[in-house]
Amino acid sequence: MVREGGFPPGTGAMLGRTALIPSSLSHYVKRPERRSKPGSVHKDDKEKNSRDNEPGDAAMRKLYLGVDVGSVSTNLVLMDGSGTVVADVYLLTRGRPIQAIQEGIRLLAAQGWDDAQVAGAGTTGSGRLLAGVIVGADVIKNEITAHAVAALEMVPDVRTVLEIGGQDSKIIIIRDGVVVDFAMNTVCAAGTGSFLDRQAARLNIPIEEFGALALKSNSPVRIAGRCAVFAESDMIHKQQVGYPVEDIVRGLCEALVRNYLNNVAKGKEILPPVVFQGGVACNVGMKRAFEEALGVEVMVPPYATVMGAIGAAILAKEATGATGRTRFRGFQVASVRYDTESFECEHCPNGCEIVCIKMEGQLLARWGSRCGRWDTVPEEQPVRREASG
Amino acid sequence: MKVTFPHMGYLWIPVSALLRKLGLDVVVPPPITRRTLSLGVQHAPEFACFPLKLNLGNFMEAYERGADTIIMAGGVGPCRFGYYAQVQQEILWDLGYKMKMVVLEPPKGHWWGLWKRIRWLIGERSVRDLWRALGFAWHKFVALDAIERAACWARPRAAAPRDVRRAVETAVRWVHEAETADQVREAREEGVSLVRSHAVRSLRDPLKVGIVGEIYTLLEPFANYRLEEKLGALGVEVDRSLYLSDWIRAHVVLDALRVSGEHEVKQAAQPYAPHFVGGHGQDTVGRTVLYARHGFDGVIQVMPFTCMPEIVAQSILPRVAHDYGIAVLTLIVDEHSADAGIQTRLEAFVDLLRRRRSKKKHDAVARAQAGK
Ligand code: SF4
Ligand code: SF4
Repeated sequence: MVREGGFPPGTGAMLGRTALIPSSLSHYVKRPERRSKPGSVHKDDKEKNSRDNEPGDAAMRKLYLGVDVGSVSTNLVLMDGSGTVVADVYLLTRGRPIQAIQEGIRLLAAQGWDDAQVAGAGTTGSGRLLAGVIVGADVIKNEITAHAVAALEMVPDVRTVLEIGGQDSKIIIIRDGVVVDFAMNTVCAAGTGSFLDRQAARLNIPIEEFGALALKSNSPVRIAGRCAVFAESDMIHKQQVGYPVEDIVRGLCEALVRNYLNNVAKGKEILPPVVFQGGVACNVGMKRAFEEALGVEVMVPPYATVMGAIGAAILAKEATGATGRTRFRGFQVASVRYDTESFECEHCPNGCEIVCIKMEGQLLARWGSRCGRWDTVPEEQPVRREASG
Repeated sequence: MKVTFPHMGYLWIPVSALLRKLGLDVVVPPPITRRTLSLGVQHAPEFACFPLKLNLGNFMEAYERGADTIIMAGGVGPCRFGYYAQVQQEILWDLGYKMKMVVLEPPKGHWWGLWKRIRWLIGERSVRDLWRALGFAWHKFVALDAIERAACWARPRAAAPRDVRRAVETAVRWVHEAETADQVREAREEGVSLVRSHAVRSLRDPLKVGIVGEIYTLLEPFANYRLEEKLGALGVEVDRSLYLSDWIRAHVVLDALRVSGEHEVKQAAQPYAPHFVGGHGQDTVGRTVLYARHGFDGVIQVMPFTCMPEIVAQSILPRVAHDYGIAVLTLIVDEHSADAGIQTRLEAFVDLLRRRRSKKKHDAVARAQAGK
């Protein structure tokens, strides 16, 4: 998994952090400036981490695994009982979620954690069901709840969560520690990190420099941000007319923020404290654009890009608290053979695509039917159209 | 002449019963599937409402089965529904589908025109025959609604969501097959108890969610991505604000007598939406208020993308939510909606309701302790 640009798509701009990607582990990106919580353990900088996070030292510490599988990125974290993240991994999903999950588990295992320590596992994201089946999750949660739980852990009095990831964006309104409203945009491409990545590539700017460049601008260009297609053609136009690139970049950040506020956040009461998370939150240009548009301080938590996984880990801790037992299959899931097969059901013109997950050839789970027909193992075998994995 | 009509939930059962009793040759369009949708999407103008596209798909699939005449309801008010029939007629003709469209307007305006069309449809049958057939169809409406209500109650209490779905399918088939009013009654009673028999878990105080919104997306499970089943599977007891018979009662029967059927709803909406906004925008607001007053945990508004009356309602609902402290989720559906996205929103909404409830309980306990 060699990444061309140095940063995963969908992270928006991992500003000015090019140097931080260890060449040995170019799969994932580390974030610097761990502010409140100790850093994650990466092979090449273990000695820099506090003793607490040495797998060996804390052999008997209970850990919770959180897995967030989205269409763009797959994130994993290990969190201890006190809510401290001890390891995190950020990978690209690349349309192969199973491989991404296994690779993530392998990377965690390589850091020396062992099964006995994992007291619970939780999954979230659009691939939560799949991830849950594969790792053996104690809790499988939607990404809105997971993100809210993580934000509340980091900033207990948070009242607004802005989240822009690679594949979607959401807003979560929290009052007195409880989610009271939310909205989510999965359709409009102009509101996601992937859009920023594309534009950065078009302007020939490494995505990691994008945010800093935006900060240099004094007179942003106004770019039509209603829709990804318009924004793109408008940007090209402005570029041809000869506007300075930093002004265009800042204009893009502002357009994205405007788009977000007009679509995702429409009709929501945005009150501080405001937490901004998701891959795009690392882009300082975006943070600044939000602050200007909202007129309040916007906080970006230290693990902004893996908040979904953190939320899943916290929920896993809650879910296993009562019984003390976990369904986690252990780190060896990284080396088990999982296959997915899919076929098109031909029993009615809906033509549902049914997905079967197999572990070492044995059927683990199956879903995808609108009518529930395939939710259990039937006697008859369907006509198999395609098989993959 | 072979007549067909668009699908909307179980509407096809009473309507086909009515038409058959009147001696018409009926072609029921095949159940809505992805194929229906893609036919509609392919041939309807892109900006057309989602229901129009599905209707069009129904007609095309019915045409394949030999239908040549379409019976459509008309609409009133500023909403686009009033133009559905004309738009669809033109599209069908352009495609070379030789289908005749008979539009039955709700009897607000031209009685004579309506009567002429009905006369044309039923030919030599007497008014008494028509009346009898209507009565028979009405029994079916009532029976189907009772079954759907029972399903909403049984789903959160069932061992597996599939059980209730199968029971509903069976019960609905009984209603469809019933040939006399007595048989319909029997089918209703047995159907309801069959559905209810799957409620094996006892729930003391399940989460309660009311569903409001645009009528077609409320009534057609394909259009709302099986919203009620999804909520039921999440352990929620659903109350749908509108059932087929309610709609007929309020809009066809009572409107004809110039009586407003939903006085309570209109009154509840009064402080927020005093004007008639077309479609059921005002009902949506009024029903949300009523659900809040009845202590429901949340309300879900479901509507097609770009549905004007519901957009108006959507903009008003935050105020209702605020005033009554009820959670409201708006689900906008069209051919681009993804099942997974809807599932995610619903799960998050149910989490929200659960956490809110436990917080309320917690706060009440805290208050009680502070009071001591
Ligand atoms: S799974 Fe069910 S709904 Fe889907 S194609 Fe097969 S029979 Fe039809
Ligand atoms: S009520 Fe909404 S969906 Fe129906 S015709 Fe009017 S605008 Fe379209």
